[in-house]
Amino acid sequence: MPSVCFYFQVHQPTRLRHYTVFDNDDRYFDDAKNAAICKKVANKCYLPANRTLLKLIQQHKGRFRIAYSLTGVLLEQLQRYCPEVVSTFHALAETGCVEFLGETYYHSLSFLYSRQEFIEQVRKHSATIQDLFGQTPKVFRNTELIYNNDLGLLIEAMGCFDAIITEGADHILGYRSANFVYRPRGCRRLKLLLKNYSMSDDIAFRFSNRQWAQWPLTAEKFANWVSAINGCGQVVNLFMDYETLGEHQWEDTGIFDFMRHLPEEIFKHPDNNFKTPSEVVAAYEPLGVIDVPHVISWADTERDLSAWLGNPMQSNAIHELYRLEKKIKRANDAQILSDWRKLQASDHFYYMCTKYFADGDVHKYFNPYDSPYDSYINFMNVLDHLQKRCSVPPEVSPQVSGSFEPNKDRCLAVAT
Amino acid sequence: MGPNDEGTQVRVFMLGWEFPPFISGGLGTACYGLTKALDQLGVKVTFVLPRMVDGQYATHVKLLTPGTRSRGRGRGVAENDLKNVTFRSIMSPLQPYATPQAYDEKIEEILRKRRAAAGTIGGDKGSGGSGGLDYAGDLYREVHRYAAMAMELAREEEFDVIHAHDWMTYPAAVGVAMISGKPLVVHIHSTEFDRSGEHVNQVVYDIERQGLQRADKVIAVSQFTRGIVISRYGIPGDKVDVVYNGVERNGSWSVAPINIRHEEKIVLFLGRLTMQKGPEYFLYAAKKVLDVMDNVKFVMAGSGDLMHRSIELAAQLGIGHKVLFTGFLRGDDVQRIYKMADLYVMPSVSEPFGIAPLEALDNDVPVIISKQSGVSEVLRHALKVDFWDVNEMANKMVAVLKYPPLQMTLRSHGNFEVRKLRWRDAARHCLDVYQEMLVPA
Repeated sequence: MPSVCFYFQVHQPTRLRHYTVFDNDDRYFDDAKNAAICKKVANKCYLPANRTLLKLIQQHKGRFRIAYSLTGVLLEQLQRYCPEVVSTFHALAETGCVEFLGETYYHSLSFLYSRQEFIEQVRKHSATIQDLFGQTPKVFRNTELIYNNDLGLLIEAMGCFDAIITEGADHILGYRSANFVYRPRGCRRLKLLLKNYSMSDDIAFRFSNRQWAQWPLTAEKFANWVSAINGCGQVVNLFMDYETLGEHQWEDTGIFDFMRHLPEEIFKHPDNNFKTPSEVVAAYEPLGVIDVPHVISWADTERDLSAWLGNPMQSNAIHELYRLEKKIKRANDAQILSDWRKLQASDHFYYMCTKYFADGDVHKYFNPYDSPYDSYINFMNVLDHLQKRCSVPPEVSPQVSGSFEPNKDRCLAVAT
Repeated sequence: MGPNDEGTQVRVFMLGWEFPPFISGGLGTACYGLTKALDQLGVKVTFVLPRMVDGQYATHVKLLTPGTRSRGRGRGVAENDLKNVTFRSIMSPLQPYATPQAYDEKIEEILRKRRAAAGTIGGDKGSGGSGGLDYAGDLYREVHRYAAMAMELAREEEFDVIHAHDWMTYPAAVGVAMISGKPLVVHIHSTEFDRSGEHVNQVVYDIERQGLQRADKVIAVSQFTRGIVISRYGIPGDKVDVVYNGVERNGSWSVAPINIRHEEKIVLFLGRLTMQKGPEYFLYAAKKVLDVMDNVKFVMAGSGDLMHRSIELAAQLGIGHKVLFTGFLRGDDVQRIYKMADLYVMPSVSEPFGIAPLEALDNDVPVIISKQSGVSEVLRHALKVDFWDVNEMANKMVAVLKYPPLQMTLRSHGNFEVRKLRWRDAARHCLDVYQEMLVPA
């Protein structure tokens, strides 16, 4: 009976260029590096993975179903550097077996700092997805699966989502299992889907680990684990970064073969099936209420915010950033607004993390800087310049940015 | 075997240098830290060092046992704490980092003082015999004279291993190894390439290379130095181990009194003003910093052959009023300057290790260090720049001065990180090296 619910997070930040206190221009982003990374990841992950999954959907005649959460900043970059990836996502959308989730357009931590900004970004994201893929997101996931009761209430109040997704952290579940649908505390209509982190991580992190007792992980073995949930769970939520396929787990680990065989192995048990988040929400009633007074996330073992806001540099940087909100919006310049928003990507704060820095572990792998200090200095220099820009009135009319940038009216229309 | 007598079996004949605070630079500090830690591991050390008592004649070899306080300057304090170490000093004007010119000047000065002393006392108390001379005419001959005396001294000693620190002691070490047949460990704290760039002094280079070649094992203070030993001296890599220096903790624990805030920020350069230490890069960066902020002063603490050039350069850049030259600082003055500093910068062109940044961190001062240094291999919570990249150096200086959270994070993590660099670990590694050589083949 358990339904397998796959959702892949797809995101690339716009990385900053090396920007010193002596620089004095508004080219903050490292276009060359961003293009190179996008192309590299597209070739290793997005294109082969999209192809593989599309084939599976066709092969299983619609019984294999998945969901994506694509950030706005990623889509902007793909449009610019590898438009072919966008068209393969489009092809996936056409099958009707793929759901696109809602989130903040800029992969930001805005929920924690500015409700107004958060709502604007969610709307902008929804509008973009509608524009590109012809569907309006009905399930929301916040950046890094950051969540608490307040977020549940806010999303319900926004009125455009049926459910919200977060981490199935042990300390919020207690004795309960992540394999059911729940209701966020204080909500009447909204449902809550929880990530089965153990089984998700089996694929995302442990798949190629030869020290792991279960190595090698085969589709058959994994399907048996899913079947074993029969009777004590309705859904297995497998949420992970899309880069797991081909980038974190390289092709030669056999990750694509694993995915290719997983559906048929799952279907060997007649009760099992695949569902998208919205289908899960439609199919199952909440089993109970989950109370999350404190903020949780999907990061590290702590499942808290310390990866982004754990040291004085991080909190200083983000406070300074959001302190500019009024000034930025008053400047009424599309370019300034977009630059400011791109600085909100959680990645910029993640780079400043000093946790585990001394041991040089997974945090380092994703970090374009030599040290968290370098990233803070760079960020602050950019922010400083941005601030100067909004003090001066714009000289010419704000330039019109990229072709697919959805217009403001549509954004608002979707939300209401 | 107790926890502290892992090294009981090993006796080391160590050719080292005067302990702080009587010398400048890291070599004495390293000798002290390492010897003290070896002592605590129960290793028996005969510590041989050159020593010159100005204006006095003495026998060539003075025996200092634990408990005998050397006269005058209270030098015995540190030495008396070491119960497994016997000090033997050889009268010699050798000083670490000496150049041939500096040596000549030193001899001049000694002679002048002696003549003055002889004049007042009115008698020559006996410089009798050919061995009566306690110096040789130039640095190279002095190094060999020192070697001869060390060999003489070694005949009376019993030991299992010889351990020598930097080139001036290498001829002595090689000589002692030859007559005793004991294994030789050569410790390299700095190479001629660090001190002189590409314009190496061939005589010094040859002495270094001979010592490195003859050694049974070489200990380099960093991967950076190990690389030089291998590529520039042709020493096979499997003979060269890296043992990082430690830091002697005497700084404030985090509850340091928050000093009275001065209006101006202080950026500190502390080290010899020589080509190796890159004082001019510090000044070029200072100039750039002053272009964008005003309330900063730059302090250059140290002396050296680039002192005058540095003062001139500061004036030439138009920042003379913002740069203070303190001359060479010792003891409490060093602590005091650290307490005042908001940032320590080490722009070394080629720094085999660099203990000073560790001391700065120990004193809660954040540091910017050059990437061309050994210490950058062990410090993660420090800002790193290429010494020649004055733009980036200035960028980072401004950031530290401008953003308190950056200072705070660097300080707290850096201070914590420094605590992990202990001489005890360095000593244990040296002991492993000794023991490895003492295993009968």
